[in-house]
Amino acid sequence: MSGAYLDFIRIRFLTMLAYRVNYYSGIAVYAINIGAYYFMWKAIYGDAERLAGFTVVQMTTYVAVSWMARAFYFNNLDREISNEIRDGSVAVQMTRPYSYLMVKMMQGLGEGLFRLLLFMAPGMIVVTLIFPIELPTDPVLWIIFFVMLWFSFLINTQINLMTGLFAFFVENNEGLMRMKRVAVDLLSGVVVPIAFFPGWASSVLQWLPFQAITYLPGSVFTERITGSAVWEALFVQAIWCAALVVPILLMWRAARKRLFVQGG
Amino acid sequence: MKIGHTLSLFREYLANYFKTKMTYRADFWVEVVSDLMFSAMNLIFIFVVFQHTPSLGDWSQAEVVFVYGYFMIPYGVFGAFVNLWNFSERYIVKGEMDRILTRPAGSLTQVLLENVDPPSLIGSLVGLGIMGAAWTQLGLPFDWYDPLVLIVMVVGSVLIYMGIYVALAAISFYSDAPTGIVPLMFNIQNYGRYPVQIYNKGIRFLLTWVLPFAFVGVYPAEFFLGRASGDGLMPWLTPAMGVIFAGIGVLVWNHGIKRYRGAGS
Repeated sequence: MSGAYLDFIRIRFLTMLAYRVNYYSGIAVYAINIGAYYFMWKAIYGDAERLAGFTVVQMTTYVAVSWMARAFYFNNLDREISNEIRDGSVAVQMTRPYSYLMVKMMQGLGEGLFRLLLFMAPGMIVVTLIFPIELPTDPVLWIIFFVMLWFSFLINTQINLMTGLFAFFVENNEGLMRMKRVAVDLLSGVVVPIAFFPGWASSVLQWLPFQAITYLPGSVFTERITGSAVWEALFVQAIWCAALVVPILLMWRAARKRLFVQGG
Repeated sequence: MKIGHTLSLFREYLANYFKTKMTYRADFWVEVVSDLMFSAMNLIFIFVVFQHTPSLGDWSQAEVVFVYGYFMIPYGVFGAFVNLWNFSERYIVKGEMDRILTRPAGSLTQVLLENVDPPSLIGSLVGLGIMGAAWTQLGLPFDWYDPLVLIVMVVGSVLIYMGIYVALAAISFYSDAPTGIVPLMFNIQNYGRYPVQIYNKGIRFLLTWVLPFAFVGVYPAEFFLGRASGDGLMPWLTPAMGVIFAGIGVLVWNHGIKRYRGAGS
């Protein structure tokens, strides 16, 4: 059975490979984005040595790493799911002998692995050459970072599954998907690290799952968080990953009862 | 004759739009709210950043907010009339382009009309409000010609946006990427909302002359802020750039249409 799931990863990977033209533009866009934020932060820092605990170099590294991490965990599963719900093909998938949500997750992973190898790795090299970035030298930190990145993928994908499944209940969840995309970018810390938010906001954000997607791994990797706080960050990710399974399963159960196919 | 015809088509499509929307009424409001949230997020970014610095380059918070308020106006109009987000998916992959091409009206006209999205205009109104608030906060003078200039600038900005995105959408005629240009669009549209002066020469050049997003935000806003760069010339290039880029967009589209061979589905 797990062999079938592995095949979903492989097939999605190959599909991405077939349409790779798309990703050349993607690398350019990410490079431009990182560049734009780099200059933005340089202007924000001005003469300041350190803001919200980040030095300029740490900030640049944080921006680069969080965008590159985004390349790995980002996927459009919410859109795929809502499209399949709206055109009715989800009904066919439900009759098949596999877990629909698991299959989606595997497809997301195939996409993520594709981006990790063909996008994130070369992108990181390019970005390191252009901008003043300091990557950690401790191999343990790299391993922890990759574990955290894996959790980023899981949590982000879980949020995507939920957003996509909303199509069962609201017919058209276009607005919600857009809202989620913006929320994830802003609240996860890609656009601005959580530490920069005013006190009340950052304490609210610490109780939301978004920071576990980008801010925590980014902070660990840039060594803004060290020592036992690293393990706490990892723990927070694990907790969210486990907690989000509950609403997904509840939604899925309710959805199966509610399914009505619009046209098709 | 041709314009009259297009206008009557526009009326029909608009009526159609409202009929469809009233079927999914809740979604209509979700969309309006999500559009506004999107703008709110960008404002939050500005406010968060200015908690840590008194100025961005030599721009104060009120000035940056002003630029963003201005940006929201053309962006809302653009969103209402040039809604090409799903172009590749809907028209190329699903093959709806074939249907468009069998009809007498212009292909671009039809695609734009089929996707009109009036709620976007609410964003323009909010932008106008934000700009107005920043205007008073900065104590800028208000001249009789300012509203007229604003209209000219907004039209120019919308045309630039339109030109770029129509050209980008037309790329789908040449390549067959499944996710199309949506991610590209989503990422690129972040520029031109902030003072372009903070970027280095290369990026400034790119945002001014290649993908002139600086003309949908900062340059025209500079006119009202009374701090126009380039001997006061830059804001006035907005309408000119608009005409040029809209022209390029239409050219790329028309060339692409000829290359298009159908989805084969």
